[in-house]
Amino acid sequence: MEETILELKGIAKRFGDTPVLNGISISIQKGEFITLLGPSGCGKTTTLRIIAGLETPDEGRVILNGQDVTDTEPNKRDVNTVFQNYALFPHMTVAANIGYGLKLKKRPKDEIKKAVDDALALVQLEGYGKRMPSELSGGQRQRVAIARALVNRPSVLLLDEPLGALDLQLRRQMQLELKALQKKLGITFIYITHDQEEALNMSDRIVVMNGGHFEQIGSPAQVYDSPRTSYVARFVGTANVLRGTVEAVEGDALRIQCAGGCAGALRRGYDFAPGAPITLAVRSEHVEFTKDPAACGLPATIREKTFAGGMLRITLELSDGSTLIASRHGIDMDVRTGEAVRVTWAAANAVPVDVEASEAK
Amino acid sequence: MKTPSVPLKKKKRSSVWVTLIPLYLFTLLFVAGPLVYMFVLSFQTRAEVWGVVNQFTLDNYKNILQPVYLNTFVESFKLAITSTLLICAIGYPFGYFMAKLSPAWKKRVMLLLMIPFWTSSLIRLYGWIIIFRANGTLDKLLMGLGLTDSPLKLLYTYPAVVVGMVYALLQFMILAVYSSAEKMDWSLVEAARDLGATPLKAFLTVTLKLTLPGLLSGVILTFIPSMGLFFIADILGGNKVVLVGSLIQDQLMKAHNWPFAAALSVVLMILTSLMISLYKRITHTTELEGIL
Repeated sequence: MEETILELKGIAKRFGDTPVLNGISISIQKGEFITLLGPSGCGKTTTLRIIAGLETPDEGRVILNGQDVTDTEPNKRDVNTVFQNYALFPHMTVAANIGYGLKLKKRPKDEIKKAVDDALALVQLEGYGKRMPSELSGGQRQRVAIARALVNRPSVLLLDEPLGALDLQLRRQMQLELKALQKKLGITFIYITHDQEEALNMSDRIVVMNGGHFEQIGSPAQVYDSPRTSYVARFVGTANVLRGTVEAVEGDALRIQCAGGCAGALRRGYDFAPGAPITLAVRSEHVEFTKDPAACGLPATIREKTFAGGMLRITLELSDGSTLIASRHGIDMDVRTGEAVRVTWAAANAVPVDVEASEAK
Repeated sequence: MKTPSVPLKKKKRSSVWVTLIPLYLFTLLFVAGPLVYMFVLSFQTRAEVWGVVNQFTLDNYKNILQPVYLNTFVESFKLAITSTLLICAIGYPFGYFMAKLSPAWKKRVMLLLMIPFWTSSLIRLYGWIIIFRANGTLDKLLMGLGLTDSPLKLLYTYPAVVVGMVYALLQFMILAVYSSAEKMDWSLVEAARDLGATPLKAFLTVTLKLTLPGLLSGVILTFIPSMGLFFIADILGGNKVVLVGSLIQDQLMKAHNWPFAAALSVVLMILTSLMISLYKRITHTTELEGIL
């Protein structure tokens, strides 16, 4: 895991007058499963296409296996792509699709046949070689696309929202299979998705993208538990974001004034002076209710209770009119709509975000 | 509930049949009828003065075996193949790149392709006479540029006929190729490049294969007419280039030998159908863009 396989250095790209990427840099290790996570239009696909060589960056370099491949043609890069629409050749059988890359490399026929059979076995499609892509289901086409890219044993496999067109159940299953496949083959995967759950499930590292730049790069736990910016906090796991003022700094603990109440947070390596503005991210599952009027907390009114996906979602309105979401496991809890409550959270569960001054940690 | 549903179904079926009657009538009257008439005519005898005598004979077909007529068939095929190859060479890239233009430019090019159709093809051919004749536009241009010293006298030559054929039939090829290239999923080319194909290899293994139906229907749309476009050979070839089409026309209009003209047409039709089926067999196409 020490060896760097791919490096992006200050990649910038604009289409006409629209900047798509604003100087992104990252270093990716061999065998890593890395996910580019972001909403559509954030530049994920362009990043992938630049790595594949299907797009040339306006600025910056792409270093693959220690070599500058920025101006290298896509067919000369040791990188393969699983396209969003699969892009299977409709006029070729499944076997011909998978063997396409090897045939171009002029490998002997029996070697190609063996490699194709192995690849089909790898994606659990034994015996499908003679079918045409049009005779396959969406999930099967997906597998063929993966097999076609993997059979060339690239240094890096690029996957552009490969599960986007599949239904939820198949998606979950394919997530597990893809992850297992990646571990087994030890190939670096660069995976694009806009689904945060998918990213958290599969990745070694997640790159959260927004408007053509990287908001945060980190392990799923880092991105989820310690978001750097309010954008990351909202996008990954939909956290509550509140603005307030630092009232007091007591060692690592902060006392914060916000929304007509008081809240706690940890400093997390940042420096704060009393009176400084602060933005906090608090996950809905960490929002608690207190009956103790002396405790530190925010006055709120319960506006709505909904039950979805095994979670009870409670929408609260704070005294400054902003909305706060709390969630609980289970179908109901002892609160009624319209009731006034006090919400609070453990200081460790409130993360200061959007702190630009000190990049400590 | 069950009993009334039966006549209702019957009614529906008969109404479908009724709507199809015009189609059947049209086909019988204008497609099958003339063909049968032509076939029968080809076995009849020519009358002494005018018209046809209803007497069975195979002489019309025997006549075709004369070297002079056989040669006409060979010449016609040669010309059709030459023109079709040239049309492919020009029309395929044209249609291919047209499909890659921006929507606004696609419309403009399409309009330019359509404009010539607004004028009679005969009048457009006379335009070529002005260009090709001795001391015509082309000669003056070439001599003005100092490329030639004397007029080339291109009118009434074989190349002039080929140019006329290409000019008259090129649009069909362009539109056929365009319609299949337009439907191309260009991400397939990217996939091929990603998997290690050079631009040329990606074109040969993916783009060409996927636009082949368009190219093939273009070939058929240009090959068949170029066998029979007698007026092009007449106007641009004078009497030097005699094609099956001109032969049939001459037999019909000048020699008034209708049975022989019919026999020639039948043979031409059979040969053309054979060529097409052979072509389809070789290229393994079942679906053709735009036609069939």
